[in-house]
Amino acid sequence: MIPVFEARDVTYSYNDVTALDGLNLTIMRGQRIVLLGANGSGKSTLLGILDGLHFPQKGGVEFCGAPLTEDRLQTKEVEFDFRRRVALVFQNPDVQLFNPTVFDEVAFGPLQMRWPKEQIRWRVAEILDEMEIAHLKDRSPHHLSTGEKKRVALASVLILDPEVLLLDEPTAALDPKSESQMIDFLASCSGGRKTVVTATHDLDLVEDIADSCRVFERGRIVAAGTPAEILNDHALLLQTSLIHAHRHAHASGELHSHPHRHGHGH
Amino acid sequence: MTGKSRGAIELSLASFVDALQHAFDSEELATKKGLLQSIDPRVKILAIMPLIVIAALTRRLQVVFLLFAVAIAIAWLSKVSLGTLAKRVWLAVLMFTGFISLPALFLTPGRAIYSLPALGWGITLQGLRAAVNLVMRAETAATFSVLLALCTPWSSLLKALRVLRMPVVLVVVLGMTYRYIFLLLRTAHHMFESRKSRLVGQLERPELRRMATASAGVLMSKSIQLSGDVYLAMRSRGFAGEVYVLDEFRTGWFDWIMLTLFAAIAVIALWFGRW
Repeated sequence: MIPVFEARDVTYSYNDVTALDGLNLTIMRGQRIVLLGANGSGKSTLLGILDGLHFPQKGGVEFCGAPLTEDRLQTKEVEFDFRRRVALVFQNPDVQLFNPTVFDEVAFGPLQMRWPKEQIRWRVAEILDEMEIAHLKDRSPHHLSTGEKKRVALASVLILDPEVLLLDEPTAALDPKSESQMIDFLASCSGGRKTVVTATHDLDLVEDIADSCRVFERGRIVAAGTPAEILNDHALLLQTSLIHAHRHAHASGELHSHPHRHGHGH
Repeated sequence: MTGKSRGAIELSLASFVDALQHAFDSEELATKKGLLQSIDPRVKILAIMPLIVIAALTRRLQVVFLLFAVAIAIAWLSKVSLGTLAKRVWLAVLMFTGFISLPALFLTPGRAIYSLPALGWGITLQGLRAAVNLVMRAETAATFSVLLALCTPWSSLLKALRVLRMPVVLVVVLGMTYRYIFLLLRTAHHMFESRKSRLVGQLERPELRRMATASAGVLMSKSIQLSGDVYLAMRSRGFAGEVYVLDEFRTGWFDWIMLTLFAAIAVIALWFGRW
């Protein structure tokens, strides 16, 4: 079976800063992968490369067996096909929501794909209903909460029904209710319906949304495994700054310090 | 914080908040259930534009006053208060146009009706008529324009301007400008608030100027970064250099009746104002 993405020896630098350093990664169709890593570890850069927005200075990426290069994406048919099949939800929704209203935002993708206008109107109404944001249709993005913006951002890519979803910190800055709605959505992508690649440093998400994890550190993948394997490796998580150790008290009053992450029951 | 440094920062913060509130209030008006709000945006433009042009070109002051009365009636029916119009249109236009037309009071030859006590400058009747003419045309045209803007969501207004063959790229660019101007206003607001919360002691004028310059530079830098990221987001969703708009406008019998009514007013004004 041909992988959806095959990244070989990918190196990418911003000026003098190396963001990705000889990275290798294979993503199969229907997989749900989480890219775990602290801030600045290269996760977002990799998502940008997988979305054909940046191109590595060394190495290469293939999408469904074909090279993902700047030259190939300049061919209209190739680019249209790629953009329809692969979608990226940016970490900052203010970057992604660049239209004056929610309706315009969700309609943007299909308009670029030259769908018939009546089909676009119908499909926009349908996706807004599915995401429970129909009441926001005529709202401007600056009148939306962060949770609403993220749902609109998701709707704006899901309208094209992409095969691959790339998500950059999907739960960042969300309140608990919005976060649980996002997790529910990501969990519903199981069963091979879509290939989902999520970049996050939020360990609480991992078991619900991923079949497989890759741990990043300074532009490289330093570990790979199932969520259980990764989450139980405290030494790895401490080394990669995904957990911390500080003095704290348990309910018993005992005061000590050990690697841990904050969550229920600790 | 002393009065000097506090004044500049407080004024800046207040102006940012005012601008955001102003825009929010305008959007609220556009969603009310009034006359203009109920009309298709394209029909609104076709109905109101001729009235603006006629107000500017008609030869008779009585016609200008009639159109002004029509504008006030439309405002009332569209739930726009006279106070709102006075604050947003009339005072500003009066100050600006009044200032421009001031020399006409004294320089237009004619029958003197009043003489300024200290200076002895005579105000002529013909000069007064000319000044009132100019001010009223400006007030009427501005009132119609502002009513159109207040009673129509900005994004709909931009799309509706396509009926006047406005290029799509301009519609899209102005729409994005509108979208991001609020984000940048908020960012500037937060920058000044954070500055205010960390300020102790006195800031002299050169320091205030340096602060303002630095803030402008930071905001510019953020804007450039944001624009690059937005471009990537557009590319990610298939943008390849061409822009499109999609509207949801639907005209009905009410729109055509209103268009006919506005056209009738325009024709009457044109007829009586032709001399």
